[in-house]
Amino acid sequence: MVAEDVKPAHAPVRRVDLKTKVLTAFVILTNVLGNFSMSWGMKHQATQLADSPLAYIQTIFSPWVLLGTTLLILWLLSRMTLLGWADLSYVLPVTSIGYVITAFLGKYFFAEQITWQRWLGTLAIMIGMILVGLTKSNTTEQAK
Amino acid sequence: MKWAMVAMIVGSTVLADLLQSFEMKRHVVNVEDLRPGRLGRMLSGLAHRGPLVLAVFFMAISFFAFMKLLSVADLSFAVPVTAASVVIETILAKLVLKEKVSLARWAGACFVAAGVALLAV
Repeated sequence: MVAEDVKPAHAPVRRVDLKTKVLTAFVILTNVLGNFSMSWGMKHQATQLADSPLAYIQTIFSPWVLLGTTLLILWLLSRMTLLGWADLSYVLPVTSIGYVITAFLGKYFFAEQITWQRWLGTLAIMIGMILVGLTKSNTTEQAK
Repeated sequence: MKWAMVAMIVGSTVLADLLQSFEMKRHVVNVEDLRPGRLGRMLSGLAHRGPLVLAVFFMAISFFAFMKLLSVADLSFAVPVTAASVVIETILAKLVLKEKVSLARWAGACFVAAGVALLAV
């Protein structure tokens, strides 16, 4: 009798955790790839950004920046949804793994110099992410 | 120029995130709403919510400042340094959004802040 009462109460909790985790992964992926595409486009543009808005508009419609913008729009919408499911103080540190992945991409694709301080910073961000990732994803009454 | 862009990105990101979190928890988007058939209606609904429109405005400021920052700084500097918003937002999440920020979350936010400081060296 007790077991029957417990089972239905736990099942939705697991479902919420799974969908939150899947959406978190999607948010991280679109953010990393979006930033990478943006950076690739900015590094390979023919002219420097001037102060006029027209220069910004021309840059936005270059292929890599356009791809990056599309991915970042997807990131924005998925992150908005995630913020409805989980706390802001949970979403921010957990998605910060994106910074680490971006640092690796910067090193290997753009040959950017990454000092030992930056690697240590990357490690600290990962520890922070893991600590927060172990906590309950939402603590407010509104979040479901 | 570099640090002015960083300040602009962090300030507008903090405001945008607070507005989004506040509004999205008032009207939660369900998994069913993400199906292709319902996506248009969901997006239209989001576009009519004032706090979200304001949040997107702040995100646009952050986006253009980020573009400018990328043109004057390395990607491996530009992206991590904007994570300074994590600590500010964790404090405001507790004070404004009334989230229960546990010791593990404070520690996590501090590790992220320390990481940001090291990345900016």
